[in-house]
Amino acid sequence: MLTLNSKIPSGPIENAWTRHVNNNLRLVGPKNRPKYKIIVVGSGLAGASAAASMGAMGYKVECFCFQDSPRRAHSIAAQGGINASKNYRNDGDSTWRLFYDTQKGGDYRAREQNVYRLAELSTAIIDQAVAQGVPFAREYGGKLANRSFGGVLVERTFYCRGETGQQLLLGAYSALEEQIAAKTVKMHTRTEMLDLVVADGKARGIVVRNLETGKITSHAADAVVLATGGYGNVYYLSTNAKGCNVTANFRAYRRGAGFANPCFTQIHPTSIPASGEYQSKLTLMSESLRNDGRIWVPRNPEEKRAPANIPEADRYYYLEERYPRFGNLVPRDVAARNAKDVCDKGLGVGPTGYGVYLDFGAAIQDKGEEAVKAKYDNLFEMYERITADDPTKTPMRIYPAVHYTMGGLWVDYNLMTNLPGLYSIGESNFADHGANRLGASSLMQCLADGYFILPVTIGDFLSQHPAGEVDTHHPAFQEVEKEVSGQIDRLLSVNGTRSSESFHRELGKIMWEHCGISRNKEGLEEGLRKIPELREEFWKDLKLPGSSDHLNQSLEHAGRVVDFLDFGELMCRDALLRDESCGCHLREEHQTPEGEAKRDDERFAHVAVFEYKGEGVAPELNKEPLAFDALPLAARNYKT
Amino acid sequence: MNRIQSLYASTIGKKFIASITGLILFGFLLGHVAGNLKVFTGTTADGVPHIDEYGQFLKVAGEPMIPEMFALWSARVVLLVALILHVLVVVQLALLSAEARPINYVKSRKKAATLPALWMMFSGLLILCFIIFHILHFTTGTIRLGKFEHGYIYNNLTHSFSNPVVAVGYVFVMIVLGLHLNHGVWSMFQTLGLDNPDRNKSLRVFATGLTIVIILGFIVVPISFMSGMMPGVVTYSHELLTGH
Amino acid sequence: MKIKLHVWRQSTRTDKGRMESYELDNVVPDMSFLEMMDTLNEKLTIEGHDPVAFDHDCREGVCGMCSMVINGEAHGPKSETTTCQLYMRHFKDGAEIYIEPWRASAFPVVKDLVVDRSAFDRIIQAGGFISNHSGPKPDPNSIPIEPEVAETSLDAATCIGCGACVAACPNGSAMLFTAAKASHLGMLPQGQPERFDRAQSMVKQMESEGFGSCRNYAECEAQCPKGISIAFIGRLNSDFLRASLLEPVDRRGEMKSQ
Repeated sequence: MLTLNSKIPSGPIENAWTRHVNNNLRLVGPKNRPKYKIIVVGSGLAGASAAASMGAMGYKVECFCFQDSPRRAHSIAAQGGINASKNYRNDGDSTWRLFYDTQKGGDYRAREQNVYRLAELSTAIIDQAVAQGVPFAREYGGKLANRSFGGVLVERTFYCRGETGQQLLLGAYSALEEQIAAKTVKMHTRTEMLDLVVADGKARGIVVRNLETGKITSHAADAVVLATGGYGNVYYLSTNAKGCNVTANFRAYRRGAGFANPCFTQIHPTSIPASGEYQSKLTLMSESLRNDGRIWVPRNPEEKRAPANIPEADRYYYLEERYPRFGNLVPRDVAARNAKDVCDKGLGVGPTGYGVYLDFGAAIQDKGEEAVKAKYDNLFEMYERITADDPTKTPMRIYPAVHYTMGGLWVDYNLMTNLPGLYSIGESNFADHGANRLGASSLMQCLADGYFILPVTIGDFLSQHPAGEVDTHHPAFQEVEKEVSGQIDRLLSVNGTRSSESFHRELGKIMWEHCGISRNKEGLEEGLRKIPELREEFWKDLKLPGSSDHLNQSLEHAGRVVDFLDFGELMCRDALLRDESCGCHLREEHQTPEGEAKRDDERFAHVAVFEYKGEGVAPELNKEPLAFDALPLAARNYKT
Repeated sequence: MNRIQSLYASTIGKKFIASITGLILFGFLLGHVAGNLKVFTGTTADGVPHIDEYGQFLKVAGEPMIPEMFALWSARVVLLVALILHVLVVVQLALLSAEARPINYVKSRKKAATLPALWMMFSGLLILCFIIFHILHFTTGTIRLGKFEHGYIYNNLTHSFSNPVVAVGYVFVMIVLGLHLNHGVWSMFQTLGLDNPDRNKSLRVFATGLTIVIILGFIVVPISFMSGMMPGVVTYSHELLTGH
Repeated sequence: MKIKLHVWRQSTRTDKGRMESYELDNVVPDMSFLEMMDTLNEKLTIEGHDPVAFDHDCREGVCGMCSMVINGEAHGPKSETTTCQLYMRHFKDGAEIYIEPWRASAFPVVKDLVVDRSAFDRIIQAGGFISNHSGPKPDPNSIPIEPEVAETSLDAATCIGCGACVAACPNGSAMLFTAAKASHLGMLPQGQPERFDRAQSMVKQMESEGFGSCRNYAECEAQCPKGISIAFIGRLNSDFLRASLLEPVDRRGEMKSQ
């Protein structure tokens, strides 16, 4: 049984965070901060912003990333924008409304105090980013510009063309490099965390592999922060970078951290459809395209005409017809499910039949080709590069793809997991998005965690422990190092016939089929049968080239697949146990006649937190009940 | 002094020196071509070719305030220093670049770099050799490619360029010089940071245009002499030129 | 499609390395270049050979990880395209393709096509930032920025730090990378206080890393997957010269306690 103390401040939600900082948190003074060492794993928006902020405060920070530079982390690929309730448009936006939109978008499966804090901090993020030199789009008067995004009725999204994630990450990266130059942060690139070290009940360090030399080393610290992103790659095909993996989080789970809501996976509605078996990843087209693009399929499954030649009467604008109020701007899960629905009905377009049109014809007619092009320039370019089609001439083809994982390590209000000293921030934790994340909210969460929350809350834990309690001589480190090397040797000694890539691909198919856009009992049970079989075959038939004492990308990948195999099972289990539909998690048994998710608040208004019980033993389900004091439960309705 | 030293230590500083010295040498070429074109303006009433008179003027320029030959030698010193610095920094930069890219690609393809730009070192070396040769040829008369007499510039040109090999050789080197200038002049704008996207196109046109004018000005002289369209050797007494 | 590949193989930093040839006959035009490499590696793995090591991550043209010189051009023949965004439809059936790592002494080869680009990080450490702590900041609308300035700054900020400019430059110069970052920050009002220090210290670091000098070939611009203009180099030159010749020296005075 896990102890899940969420440490939510009591009283009204409006000033909860300020009251919490003032009354509940202990701080570490500037003189003492350099004595504390903090490990940050991951250098994306969350990791880089946290490492830089804590470094600037004076803590001794060590930051790890598996890429060759912290600037490569996958936050860089976020295209559309970042939300902030600045209300610059004077269209009725406020902290409350952003909170409301996020909580409602998450289908009431998030902790409302966390969500409120996120909304509250959103404006400070924009100020911070601009101060770093992030060149957000400006209007003619020189003021910041905004666009609107799915699931909301206000314009609150700040953006840099279609590369907002890149610019925000470069801002965080430059802040990180500033601290590296100041020697408050030590950076370890091409270094992958392979396990967490828990000593005397506290997270005390990590064991890493230098990817170039293969050397396994231990690093001890007073606290460990995981900013290791999401696990969408369990589906093999996703919009995640090829290197994204669940290993750090899963290893933490195996060492005692609770894993919350693992089945909550967001399927993004606007990705470029796969073109064949060799497909290695899917490319997202920013959701902002839905502002000007109209989504449709031919009404006739036998349609043979080119899209431009299909008259209006024969086009089925299914989102506009089904959801007149939000139309093409319904939340992501609704858009994704509807796309799958029309394709399953045989109306899909493109060579595979798994695609729908995203048409800019009307917008071009309305605003002119130049205006539309100017707005989506690099997205159009990207699309044309991949498909050889020009979106201004013929509609784009899009299809849903795995994009974001709302689940993650369970954390309390201070972003600490149930393992003392282990923190989880950004996509890697479960905290703020419930069962579905609104567009342009992931960047916001990463930066709220990294710039503003963790640097303050981490002091509460540190101040209660003397610095340098444990070093790498502690036997726990030797033990974990041995286990890590043991697994590498085991992987290299299988000597079968199949590459780790082929196992990963097969796992992805199982996950997509049984734990994808919509799920049901039978499918999930089948998934739970198939995955152990695949794992068994993996350990019998894996073929790995080379050795462990040099750069061996196959070995890196195989290690990640090991954890994906175990983790896929955990996801299916969670999806099976959550016998309701909510947000992105659609159980076919629980839907309205129109295919809308039907929540079961009586039985499932909780966070499902899994506790590792050992190899081959079913994990134990713990529940953190969710309270809805500020925002009473209501059915999600984007129709009226 | 510190500033100069630290500037010189940097590659941008070296390029700055290369462009400033390049600008000086380019200015010299402008003057040179203007002087050369005097071969076409004929003679004074006394029958002294204008170009000979111009040559004499350069020697006595500034008299009586400054002594004879002083202005000319001052200019020569400035030009020599500019030339030496120009060559020195460029060689230093080239060595640095060779070190920065020790291994070449098995297969190499260029998208933007033009041959004249890539061959700046070769064209530069050729021009350097030519400058030495040219001074020995027309200034000191050490290298005789025809009858030579100090001060009788027009006649010396006539004698040398009536030999087609010499004339064609000069034309060839001038074309190489043109290619060198075409990249060099625009490069100067870029190195000095005078370039920007709005001006870039005009600057490139300006650089190319000016270069073409200069080079045409230079090559028209040997071609005219070689083709025999120039009036032949002129005879006049030396006193008419020097005035004593 | 059938293609013949000539790939640089080098097992460690110190290995001499050599080109090796492979043939692939199950290539599809809609495959991305890296998916073609995946196919090659799958084949090599099954056959018991060491697969070709290459850097890649996002595969959507923005992380800057992929780095191959393809037929003599950084990121291959299609302009403003990263290797991961290059598709096999850009090659003819039966094509011979040469794949080499970035070549520059500041980018030592780690293995096969993987190079060490940490020099870029160190250039950023030298000044590629606006000094900041996390905390309350002025409202952005209190410092209006002309949209043209913001856009040009963003043009520079679009740099993904892949190193193609260095790979493309016959002199192995990193001026385009350095200039892009210095210009991105130097054009914005927030970046003014450190503008000239930044220009000097970034250039100094760039030179100490062993990058060559810029000779204005514009090859970097032509091979840059983000099409970053060499106008930014002119801008950095100007800032650097201004810093070196005109700006006050040692402006950061000592703090003296009262």
